[in-house]
This record gives sequence, C-alpha cells and structure tokens, in this order.
Amino acid sequence: MKSLGSFRRKFAPWNDPQAKPFIAIENVTKRFGDFTAVDDLSLNIYNREFFALLGASGCGKSTLLRMLAGFETPTSGRILIDGQDMSGIPPYKRPVNMMFQSYALFPHMTVEGNIAFGLKQDGMPKNEIEARVAEMLKLVKLEQFAKRKPHQLSGGQRQRVALARCVAKRPKVLLLDEPLGALDKKLREETQFELMDLQMKLGLTFVIVTHDQEEAMTMSDRIAVMDKGKVKQVATPAEVYEAPNSKFVADFIGNVNMFEGTVTAAQDGKINIDIAADKMTIRTDATRDCSVGQTVGFAIRPEKIRLSRKEPANSSVNAAYGELYDIAYFGDMTVFHVQLENGRIIKAASLNAVRTVEDPLGYEDMVWVNFDTDAGILLTA
Amino acid sequence: MQKLIGSVTSRLVISVPYLWLLIFFLVPFLIVLKISLSQVATAIPPYTPVLDITAGIRSLFNGISQFTWENYVWLVEDPLYYKAYISSLVIAAVSTVLTLIIGYPIAYGMARAPASIRPTLLMLVILPFWTSFLIRVYAWIGILKPEGLLNQFLMWANVIDTPLNILNTHTAIFIGIVYSYLPFLVLPIYSALEKMDYSLVEAAEDLGCPPLMAFWKITFPLSMPGVIAGCFLVFIPATGEFVIPDLLGGSSTLMIGKTLWSEFFSNRDWPVSSAVAVVLLLLLVVPIVLFQRSEAKAQESEK
Amino acid sequence: MNTTWSRFNIASLVLGFAFLYLPIVLLVVYSFNESRLVTVWAGFSTKWYVSLFNNQAFIDAAWVTIRVGLISATFATILGTLGALAMTRYTRFRGRMLFSAMIYAPLVMPEVITGLSLLLLFVAIGLDRGILTVTLAHITFSMCFVAVVVQSRLVTFDRSLEEAAMDLGATPVTTFFKVTLPVILPAVVSGWMLAFTLSLDDLVISSFTSGPGATTLPMRIYSQVRLGVTPEINAACTILIAIVAVGVIIASIANKRREVNRARDEQAAARN
Repeated sequence: MKSLGSFRRKFAPWNDPQAKPFIAIENVTKRFGDFTAVDDLSLNIYNREFFALLGASGCGKSTLLRMLAGFETPTSGRILIDGQDMSGIPPYKRPVNMMFQSYALFPHMTVEGNIAFGLKQDGMPKNEIEARVAEMLKLVKLEQFAKRKPHQLSGGQRQRVALARCVAKRPKVLLLDEPLGALDKKLREETQFELMDLQMKLGLTFVIVTHDQEEAMTMSDRIAVMDKGKVKQVATPAEVYEAPNSKFVADFIGNVNMFEGTVTAAQDGKINIDIAADKMTIRTDATRDCSVGQTVGFAIRPEKIRLSRKEPANSSVNAAYGELYDIAYFGDMTVFHVQLENGRIIKAASLNAVRTVEDPLGYEDMVWVNFDTDAGILLTA
Repeated sequence: MQKLIGSVTSRLVISVPYLWLLIFFLVPFLIVLKISLSQVATAIPPYTPVLDITAGIRSLFNGISQFTWENYVWLVEDPLYYKAYISSLVIAAVSTVLTLIIGYPIAYGMARAPASIRPTLLMLVILPFWTSFLIRVYAWIGILKPEGLLNQFLMWANVIDTPLNILNTHTAIFIGIVYSYLPFLVLPIYSALEKMDYSLVEAAEDLGCPPLMAFWKITFPLSMPGVIAGCFLVFIPATGEFVIPDLLGGSSTLMIGKTLWSEFFSNRDWPVSSAVAVVLLLLLVVPIVLFQRSEAKAQESEK
Repeated sequence: MNTTWSRFNIASLVLGFAFLYLPIVLLVVYSFNESRLVTVWAGFSTKWYVSLFNNQAFIDAAWVTIRVGLISATFATILGTLGALAMTRYTRFRGRMLFSAMIYAPLVMPEVITGLSLLLLFVAIGLDRGILTVTLAHITFSMCFVAVVVQSRLVTFDRSLEEAAMDLGATPVTTFFKVTLPVILPAVVSGWMLAFTLSLDDLVISSFTSGPGATTLPMRIYSQVRLGVTPEINAACTILIAIVAVGVIIASIANKRREVNRARDEQAAARN
C-alpha cells in the first residue's frame, strides 16, 4: 500500500476514534485590545505526543502556549488538560511546565538551585529533592556543573539546565517555547535528537512552539501550521509536506512551484488544468473533488521534477523545454532554476547521490523539465 | 606624530579632571585633618599653628610639633558630640528603612507599568529632585506646623481635635528625609527591576510558586543591587544632613551636621568643627567604600 | 503584561506621587495667598511677587546665583566629561582607583564636610571668599555628577564609530569632536542642566565658601526662613521651581520631538 512520506509511524492515536485527547483546546479566542491573537481555535493533543505549533512570528502560537501554561487567560473558549478544565487555575497550580525561550534561569541560584526550585515549591522532602536533582543532572549530563551559576555556562548547557528544571517536576505536559532558537545550527541538530530521546524515555507530552519548519518536521509527531490566530492544518510532517490542504500550507512548508488555473477536463481520475498565465496545461491525479470550470491550485515540489537534456518519452504531458537560468549548489542537493519558453521560472532539485558527474549541466544549457501525474498536489483551498 | 598627539591628549583627558579633584577634593581633606589637630585662637585664621610652606622646613616641623589631640579628646569627653553622632546614625538608619518601605512599591509599580508610560513616570520621579532641596524642606514647615495644613485638614476631617505637634520632632525629620531622598532610592531600584526579565517570575510561577512567594524568591533578590545602592544613597548623606534637622527638627534634635554647622558659624571653633568632620568621615568611610564597591560591581556586570 | 499592572501598583504610584508633589503644589498655591499668614487662605493675590521684585537683596542674590550657576555648570560639564572619558576609555592608569573614588565620593559626601573642607582650603591658600570661591566649590561637586551622567552614556557607546572615523583618516581629536561628542551630546547637555540646577539649589556648600557680596538665592531664602514662613519666600521658591520646571519640560519636549522625528524618519525609510 502506498503511504505518504518515507517512513511508517507506529504511534498515531489521532487516527484512533476511541483515544481521548490529553489536551483539548475548545474554541479558544484571545484578544489583546483590537488585536485577535488566537481566533476560535480548537485542537486535540494526545498523551505522549510530540506536538509542534509552527508559524511565522505573530501568528498566535506563543500566545496559545502561554494560555496552556496559564500566563494568559482565553477571552473565550476553554482548555482541558487530562479532562480537567483549566479556566481559573493559576500557572503555579497547573500540571504543565514550560521551558522559556530565554530559558529564564534564575541568575542568583546555582544550577542545582534552579533544578530544585520547583520541587521545593511542592514541599518535597529534602533527601528526595537531592536525589531528583542528581538524577536530572545526570539526565542532561551536567553533573560536574551543579554548583555553577547560569552565567558560567555555555548556551547549550543553559538550555539543558532549563530543560532539567522543568522536567524535574515530572509534569504531565512540557511546553517548550522555541527551545532551540538560541543555539547555533550544529548544536541545534544534536539537541533535536536529545529532546526526542528524552521525550520517549520520560513518556511525556511535549508541545513545542517554533518558527523553524525543519525543527518541527524532524521532531514532532504532528504539526499544527498556524496563521493569523488560526490553525491551517494539523497533520503529520509527511502529510503537511506531501499533502498540504491549502495554498498557504503548501507555500509555507518547504519549497514549491505554485500554479493556478482552471479545470478543463476530468476523466479516469485525472484532470487537466489550464494555466492561462503561463499558457500551459498540467495533467494531474484528481486527488480532490473538483469539476470542470473550477479554479484550482497546483503545487509541485522541486525534487519531484525531473531535468534532462533529452526529450522525455511522453513529452506531450507535463513536460516543457527551457534554459538553465540559475544554479544553487547545497552540497547534498542542487537546485536548478529553469526559465521556460513562456517566461515562467521552474525550480527543480536533484539529489547529489554520486560524487562525480559525467557532463554536468551548466548555465544557459537548454533542458527539459517533466513530472508524473501523481507528483504534484491539487489544491482547492 | 599622530601617536604623539594621541598620547598627549589622553594624558590631558586624564590629568585635568584628576588634578582638579586632587586640589579641590583630596587636599582640602588633608587640610581639615591638619586643622583638627590645631588649637583654636583668636586670630585670622582662627587657629594655630598656621603652616606656611614658604617659611621653610624648620618652621614646618615646629608647627607639626605643636599638633594636639585636644579636639578629639574634647569630642569624647563632651557627651553632646557622641550623642549627636549616635542620634545621626540612628535617624539616618530609621529614615533609610522608612524610605525603602515607601520607595520600593513606587519603584515596583513603575517597573511593572506599561512600557509606554514608563518614561513619563520616570520623569515624574526625577522632577522633584531638580527643585531645590531647601525649597522642598521648607514646604513641609507650612504643612507640619501646629496651625499648619496637615493639622487643619485632620481637624476638619474630625480625626483629631487638638493639633498634633509634629514640627520640631524626630517625626518631622523622618518625613523630611524620606521626602527629600525618595528619588535616590526609587531610581536604582526601578532600574534593577526594569532590567529584570519578567519571564523569570513566570518561570517561578510555572514551577509552582505563588505570586507573593515568587516576589520574595525571585524579584526581591534580583533587585538587591538596586536596594543596596539606593539605601547607601539615602543613608550616607542623611547622616550628615544639616538643612532638614535645622528647619524641621528644631533646637531639641541633635544631628551631627547641625552640630558641625553651629560649631563653625556660631562658636567659630574651626579646629573642633574639623575634628567633628574627620570623625564623621571616619564613620561614613565604611558605607562609602561599600557603596563604591557595589557601584563598581554593577558597572562590571553592565559590560 | 497587563495582569501584573495591578491595583496595588496603581495605588502605590498614586500615593507615592501625591506624596512627592503635594507639598510643592501647596507651596506654590500659597504663594498667591492674600494673607500674610502662609497657612490661612484669604484670597488670590500676586502682591508677594511684587514685593519680591522690589526687594533689592533678593534681586542681587538671584543675580549672583545665576552667574555662579552658568559659569560653574559650564566648567563642571567640561571637567566632568573629561573625567567620564578618562574613566571609560583608560581603564589602566596610575591612581585610577583613587580617581574613581574621587568621582563617586562627592555624590554621597555630606555637604557640611565638603563645604568645610573647601573653605579651609581657600583660607589656607589665602583666596578671598566671594563669587570665585563659591564657583570653584560648585564646579568641584557638580563635575562629579556630570561625570556619572556622561559615563553612563559612554559605557553604551559603540566604539566602532570612532574606529570607523579613524580608519577614514580622522585624528583622535577630530574624531572626538566630530563623532564622539555629537553622539554623547544629549548626555552632556543633561549633565550641564544637572550641574546648573545643583548650583542653583545649593545652600550648605555656598554658605561655607561664600563671603560678603556673594550671597546666593538659597542662602537668602534660608536666612529668611529662619525668621519664619512668609508668602514672600513661597513666591521666591515658586519662581525657582518655575525656572527649573520650564527648563526640564523644554528639554524633555525637545527630546520627545527628536525621538518622534527619528521614529517617523525610520518608518519612512522602512517604507522606501
């Protein structure tokens, strides 16, 4: 059976109609004066899920997270955590802990003191606190830094202290606000996997806010793509990438060639879309209901487009001839910009699967681009 | 050439203010120290010996041999002086605590105000500081007098039926010091609180700490540098305060600044007033050094 | 963060500012009192201002104060700015500890000590007490305030601006006048204003260091206050308050306007 993406996911409670959501966000709206930060938003997040809220800055994702933590009160709607209505429950009584974007480590306390802080608030006996702190320090590999103050630590170490501090209380849900935002690229990639391991090991529910789609794709079970206070799509990373439900999501996630046109023929589960602006016709699988005459969008990812010097076998369908206009070499792959005869520029990417290439493509070469009828995404929204 | 100009200018930049302060700040202290070891005399200037460097080394040594501890002995023997010192320190300490109790909520309220109105609030706190100290103290006389505005108001409101006697008491001095020095305390605390990352308080609450507790465990400790600086800025000058005890404290209150003033202007006893100043300075050396330490530390952490 | 701007905060601000401003407001109000008794309101009158302007001693004192203020503020600003430069730019020179101690100490030093010690210096070097000695004394204590104000601006100054100027061929002196000074100018100006008001307000140090013919306005007011509270003093105080208030308000409006212009320019630039 065919499936989206390149791997199979075992954990998928959202497909199970019996599963009860762990966090239920029901019709939540948050306004600041005239500005609506979160607009009638509903979401279900399941136990042990790694859930990402993804969007550009100002889309309302941080406000939503702060409402989960209890720092903001919804203007309307309600939030349930583990079946309990959270309205009126202050942050310090909620079964969630948050890792702040700035880490918010207490500068006047040691690493130990920071980690023990939340435990002391619960009135945990002293020896248990010590044991838990030691356990946390070991978990984040900071045993020898216990007595240091936050300013004596590197950025990565601070991030781990912040993580240990909010994990120490064994919360039901961990909220992470741009947890890797302050780290450099290399460290960020390492830490992504550390976070995933930790989440698995502790069996926690993670809700992470990020503007970095790569981060969201790598780590999370599901992603909610947000824009202007609304959720545009909630789905697994593979679905969001390979089957976006709207032009916005297709455009927001990854690279894409976007077309708009009118359906001219529908037959045998395939349709023809006439792209008037570029004077061309695209033939694609009718993955969504549409009728002749309807205006639809069509998106195709650069890596789904083939490039060749030779004319492809069936050049009457989804093929065009053009000139290589720009080449961007990324190491693992190369992105070619091809200017078609009608003036339209198409992005096509190819994986650099081998180190040496016989007769490589170069600027101003004339090439064919073509793709299969199941390679692109039909968009009706 | 360029380098030479650079080094000449840098030397000028340092040496001009340096020399000025040496001559007009440090040397005067040495002179005070010297005169505190001299004897009072009916002459101009009213003390002996007068050291005249132009008269040669021999006479200089002669002069030094005439130095006397008499003035300091006098300070110890006459209870008026040590009572005045103790009373000054106590009044300054009490006023500092009162100023802190009144000033901290103001600084906190300012720091938590919407960012758009913070500059205005800041200016409102600084503005009274620009008006004359003397005027601000004077304004309280009319308020605190037995027939003054405060008593008029309280009697009109039927809170009291006989006027309170506030002017010429310690209470009046406390009010005067708190009023005059409030901005000195509010500003450093405000700047410490304003710099503080509010997410620290949120983090504490998130970890199960109720708001009041979060204030004690996070906000207050982090505002400590401001509290310390502010308290020194009130305590040190208040100890040597003259205008407030003179105008609000009346004749019965003892404060060392007032004692020094009357010793100098009324008794014309320059050596004793110098000795009073030297001892006052010695008392204040510890807080002044601590204050500078904390300022230097604050500057280091800014960098 | 509206949740934290609670009723308690508003109440403490309102009470705090009432405490700070009520005495001054009352003082100003009662300067317009008809009655000779300061505390009994008997109708509006400006007669105390008239009598003040006919009081030659007050006028003379005002002149002395303004002259001392202008001269001492100017010198204090120059010396204080140099001191701030020395403190921030040359972190290593002999006696730097002493230097910074001498900058900070006058900020908290009881005025009676500063006043007494300066007087004794002037006597020792045989300088006759008068306007000159008062001015010298005022320069000395206010330069430290200027130094602290300017220093706080210099600490955040971007040194690469100066390096860029020198890289483009400016000498250190040219760099200072063409680059550094214009950037720190607002701090220098507010330093000057601070020095001027400190001089305008000072009583204790002036009393020690002045002599015949150099009575400043606060000294004049003080000697009157000792004789009792009169509406005439209220009027004199009101004038002093008005001068300072107008100065501060003009400065802050100018500042605000500059900021608004800047914000508008930046917005315009962003649109282009």
